[in-house]
Amino acid sequence: MKLYELTALEIADKVKSHQLSAAEVLESHLSQIEAVDGIPGALNGDPAAEPHKVHAFITRTAARARAQAQAVDAKIAAGQNPGPLAGVPITVKDIFCVEDTLSTAASKILANFSAPYTATAVGRMEQAGALVLGKVNLDEFTYGSSNESSAFQPAPRNPWDTSRVPGGSSGGSAASVAAYEAPLSLGTDTAGSIRQPAAFCGVVGLKPTYGRVSRYGLIAFGSSLDCPGPLARNVRDAALMLNVIAGADPRDATAATVPVPDYVAELEKGVRGLKIGLSPEYFQITYFHEESGGLETQPVPAVMKNAVLDAAQRLAELGAEIVENVPMPHTRYGIPAYFVISRVEAASNLHRFDGVKYGYRAQSGISDLRSMYRKTRAEAFGLQPKLRILMGMYVSAAQYSEQYYNRALRVRSLLRRDFDEAFAKVDLLLTPTTPTSAFPIGGLYGDSVLMQYADQLTVPSNHAGIPAISIPAGLDADGLPIGIQLLGPDFSEDLILRASRAYEQASASQPWRTVRPAALARASL
Amino acid sequence: MSEPITPEIFNHLVELAALELTPAEADYLRKQLNNQLTAIDDLNQVPLDPQTPVASRGVSYTPATSALLRADECHPHPDPAKLLKGAPETDQGYLVVPEIPHQDL
Repeated sequence: MKLYELTALEIADKVKSHQLSAAEVLESHLSQIEAVDGIPGALNGDPAAEPHKVHAFITRTAARARAQAQAVDAKIAAGQNPGPLAGVPITVKDIFCVEDTLSTAASKILANFSAPYTATAVGRMEQAGALVLGKVNLDEFTYGSSNESSAFQPAPRNPWDTSRVPGGSSGGSAASVAAYEAPLSLGTDTAGSIRQPAAFCGVVGLKPTYGRVSRYGLIAFGSSLDCPGPLARNVRDAALMLNVIAGADPRDATAATVPVPDYVAELEKGVRGLKIGLSPEYFQITYFHEESGGLETQPVPAVMKNAVLDAAQRLAELGAEIVENVPMPHTRYGIPAYFVISRVEAASNLHRFDGVKYGYRAQSGISDLRSMYRKTRAEAFGLQPKLRILMGMYVSAAQYSEQYYNRALRVRSLLRRDFDEAFAKVDLLLTPTTPTSAFPIGGLYGDSVLMQYADQLTVPSNHAGIPAISIPAGLDADGLPIGIQLLGPDFSEDLILRASRAYEQASASQPWRTVRPAALARASL
Repeated sequence: MSEPITPEIFNHLVELAALELTPAEADYLRKQLNNQLTAIDDLNQVPLDPQTPVASRGVSYTPATSALLRADECHPHPDPAKLLKGAPETDQGYLVVPEIPHQDL
């Protein structure tokens, strides 16, 4: 076994027990990046460059990681404990500030922005002994479900089939973990941006409860929806990472002061006696049909439904009680409500980018301050931020806000009520994560409505604030990963991780568990 | 398909948003906005009891789960020069911007 194939827990154990040095763990991961990743994304880069490579990164920080590895090894030599992530290489979605590191949000407007401070979640991982390999690519400002909107090209490709998207917006995070470039990555989830790419890339992705992980140092999109969280290749590693990043933060008043359990210690408690619900509303998707101009409802593909039913069966055999037909009547309204709420919050958050204090400033054709604002924002925002700003301003304008914004916020109450009523009857809900597996690059991009509907099964939990996880549950007929989702009440990450771990063990001998992404096989030829 | 966002409304939004668009961008964005509004109109199907409250967030915060607000105290930044390093143009610790539109009184 190569060192880059070790889990995060194995690495930390072996480093702490002197079986491995952090330096050798790091070098193995850097070699793997060299073998599979190709050129990093760059402004004006060629989207079609190196089509068989993964392209997870925007900025690689090998020197920083080497210094961190040296510090970990020095602590070990001095008999100190470097922390629970001792020597564990990680990647960080480039929406988090990391001090003295380019922090771009995959946008031209921040392409030259070197952050003056480090985000709490990243800082906690560094304090725990993690090695930061670099900043990974995403949709511009996280606005997308495919990574194609990044201003830094080539954008990440799906390691299982590099002609397909890795999902988004944490596409670089999911791709880097799936391609064994790092065992852990820090992503964010506003409508499914951790879980959807995790499902597309065959890895574990956890959106914690809103407020479970500090947002300090996260470049904001939807401030009432954004959740930082882990991506990992297995459930135990996700639990380990959550242990480190969760908890109150004096720098973020929305970081809840709820005690953080030891998620790893809780993992093996099994599912006996747990009630796990299935909802008919999560076995169908409603989407906008451009030709008819109306909405159409279809069942999710059989392969997705069967993966959920198979998992339910396995969990039942372990002692869980499966409860069918849990009503979630407002599920289909998650996307339209999100179209309103997230745009209002995005437009508000994007007003700070004006070419004055940091980032890009237009240089020519400027007559006064106002024209500098306009030209800066016109030249440096891509189409997706522009679209979100315009929609956010429209639906929150005085004459329309009752019709759109207030209505959406009231529908959000009903989305939350669905979950409250469900969790009065069951402990967890089990659903598909996505309506499809990874789609081809270029397949949806440009159609902002259809792209948004890719988040239909993940966005309700963002509205409600509850935690949810996507875990790998097989491969479809094209050999692409599919994910299943477990959702639970506020701050029930321990329960979600336990049930996920139980399913992971119950399906450990399935043949699909041994299949590796194609990009890895190609690199070893 | 109806187009609630007419070119006139659209141009007004562009002005408010401090943006400038090429004609191709404007065509694409206006079409996408109107498509999204069609999807958003699905919210009108939801029967809303007048008592249904707005939810500005999903998770409720109680005193037990909320941090106490910090004392309202001013602390000097340890390294203001580091913050200014990212600014497009500075002069002796000040941010420099183009002329600010104004009227003489």
